[in-house]
Amino acid sequence: MLSMTAVEVSYDEPVLHGIDLEVGPGEIVCILGPSGGGKSTLLRAVAGLVDHTGSIAVAGRSLAGVPAHRRGVGMMFQDDLLFPHLDVASNVGFGLSRQDPQRVAQMLELVGLAGYEHRAVDTLSGGQAQRVALARALAPEPDVLLLDEPFGALDVVLKAQLVLEVQQVLRDRGVTVLAVTHDRHEAFTMADRVAVLRAGELVQVATADELWNKPVDAYVARLVGLSVLDGVAYPPEELRITAQGRWALQVTGRTFLDGRYLVSGVVDGESVTFGSDARSLPAVGQTVHIDRVDPAG
Amino acid sequence: MLVVPVVFLLVMFVVPVAAVFRVGLETGPSQMLEVMGAGRTWQILGFTVLQAVLSTAATMLVALPAAFVLATFRFPGRGLIRALVLVPFVMPTVVVAAAFLALIGPTGALGVDLSGSVWGLVLAHMFLNIAVVIRVVGSVLATMDPRLEEAARVLGASRWTAWRRVTWPLLRPALRASALIVFLFCFTSFGVVQVLGAGQLRTLEVEIYRQTAYLLDLPAAAALSLLQLLAVVAMLAVVGNSGGARTGNAVDVARAPVGWRQRGGVAAVVVLTVVVVLAPLAIIVVRSLMIDGRLTTVGWQMLFSQGDSTNAVDPFSAVLASLRTAGGATLLAMLVGGMAAFGLAFRGRGGWLRSVDALMPLGTSAVTVGLGMLLAFGRPPLDLRNTGLLIVLAQALVAIPFVVRVLAPALSGFDRRYLDAAAVLGRSPVRALAGVAVPLLLPAVVVAAGFAFAVTIGEFGATVFLASPADPTLPVAISRLLARPGEVTVAAAYAASAVLMLITAAVVVGMDRVRLSRAVAF
Repeated sequence: MLSMTAVEVSYDEPVLHGIDLEVGPGEIVCILGPSGGGKSTLLRAVAGLVDHTGSIAVAGRSLAGVPAHRRGVGMMFQDDLLFPHLDVASNVGFGLSRQDPQRVAQMLELVGLAGYEHRAVDTLSGGQAQRVALARALAPEPDVLLLDEPFGALDVVLKAQLVLEVQQVLRDRGVTVLAVTHDRHEAFTMADRVAVLRAGELVQVATADELWNKPVDAYVARLVGLSVLDGVAYPPEELRITAQGRWALQVTGRTFLDGRYLVSGVVDGESVTFGSDARSLPAVGQTVHIDRVDPAG
Repeated sequence: MLVVPVVFLLVMFVVPVAAVFRVGLETGPSQMLEVMGAGRTWQILGFTVLQAVLSTAATMLVALPAAFVLATFRFPGRGLIRALVLVPFVMPTVVVAAAFLALIGPTGALGVDLSGSVWGLVLAHMFLNIAVVIRVVGSVLATMDPRLEEAARVLGASRWTAWRRVTWPLLRPALRASALIVFLFCFTSFGVVQVLGAGQLRTLEVEIYRQTAYLLDLPAAAALSLLQLLAVVAMLAVVGNSGGARTGNAVDVARAPVGWRQRGGVAAVVVLTVVVVLAPLAIIVVRSLMIDGRLTTVGWQMLFSQGDSTNAVDPFSAVLASLRTAGGATLLAMLVGGMAAFGLAFRGRGGWLRSVDALMPLGTSAVTVGLGMLLAFGRPPLDLRNTGLLIVLAQALVAIPFVVRVLAPALSGFDRRYLDAAAVLGRSPVRALAGVAVPLLLPAVVVAAGFAFAVTIGEFGATVFLASPADPTLPVAISRLLARPGEVTVAAAYAASAVLMLITAAVVVGMDRVRLSRAVAF
């Protein structure tokens, strides 16, 4: 549905290098990477808001030379960018070629805000504003929807809930989505496939499962939450304190999360996280030995 | 984008000012030096500084409590009062001077004659400038996050220490900036001193006019202009024209007053502010309807007796002349000032751009500009005096700083990603501008135009040089009527003042309807 070949963007210096990425019809692909890695620039290139080289095509139609407003590409921004001089209904209907109150009402119902038509946008909460922004982006039925850290400005609880809701809406309607985020939980929750972007290059494009189990390099491994020791990636539950452990770890922190303790520490400058039970929990500052264990046995 | 405003400023400001000095130098450089060295000149400079200092102090004294109350407390009628305190600022100086003449003049309503004394000037200047302090300081106070002071408190600072180390430093730039602006306005004030001074009070600005218009001593006028210009530049260089920084969130942090002390304080400040603002305006209407203590409409009848040959001033055509020139000048100021604001907002603010800003100080001497324009473009080979164009150009020049100061922050504050959002929703660039940028920027444009119109229709210092004797603008006509004997003429002068006041007030009310509170001037 959306295909990018050798896309490059330069401002004063190159920001994106030779991006090749394919997003299938109805697929949700999430670009994951640190801030300043060129994620938003890639979306802006697809939307036609920055100049790029290489080719971008939607539904087989090349977008070369097509201005932003004729691309049939929708976009949701980090801060909702609702037009402050228009009410909710006018915002949602902004992208429609003619006034269509029925469609506006339908879109608002879709995002759980039925009856909000005549509210002023500055009276909406952060979560409501993002829902209106979603309704506005979906109303013109874009071929591809771009999400630029759409939940970045929301608090954690609201974000977790809204990510699920939005994902449900997008799946139900079969929308093709390219999203960007720096939050791996958000990426794993929403996406069919995750594309890891590092310094303007795509490092690995795969399902969450594949990234976790077969990361192509240490960078991807660390990004998805694995600990890298002697060139091998370990999930938290495969490491444990043992007296004869191969690695000496200095404990830097302990967290109780989701029913278990997580211990974080440093081995030769490398950050490591592993699970622990309450009895063998080490103190911060202590040096312990850890090794791989088979979680099944 | 900046080329047009820069050229305009060069031609309309630098060339006229240069013409003043050229004429001075041609007729007698030694005479110029003599004037500058004379004890009389330094006396005048001393008085100019003195009255400006006193006026600034009085303005701060009255405006700061009002700024504090309006920014801190929420109470019924707050929006109305915020709009009301802006009214004096846009009132024409001649109208204000006439009002204070009616209050504290020889036959003043308050029974004390302060005309010809420095205290009359101080009161009128205070009235004119309270809005500057209330707006500049108020905008900082209103956006001051109370959590900053709370943060200081939990870090162990006492209430006083928190105020001294957090609130005060945040407030200081705004206080300094507003005091500087008020001082400059008072330093170069013309209409008020000319009308209220009763010929006895001489500031530099008034003396420049007197030397030119009555004594025809151009070298002396040029010397005084140069002195004044140097003084203004020196002040700007020493104090710096830094605006008050906003402290962050645009959230209104006002709260309801608690307890009888706060409520009483709020009520007292509100009542005092309303009286200070409304009394001078009300007295104008009263005086226009009073002759020898009796109610009469003779003054108004004279105002509208069009074409009365015995009447050297035809107030009705003065209204038309005023509307015509102010309309043209506003249009011109919006065009040139708009381009300047656009250039300043979208090109960063480095190096020589700053000097464009500095070239348009609000404290420019209007009399020098008027005199200069007359000398540069008012005699052969280029005589534009009878075209009416000179007044339009001079008034536009005076209005441009106001336009820039309203439009530039609005333009640089406009989030251009709104245009991106419109584009991805299928709006072409033109339709995105029309549907998003225009409505979002319209309030600032209307406010800028309103300010420009109010400033130009009340402009006196430059216009008085350039208005043709037969076809004066309203402020010029009012000053002439006030200077002539006869109770009826004086009543007519107040009637004309009332008309000018109503036109200006209508503009302010119109501005307020587009949410004046969103655009912060100066």
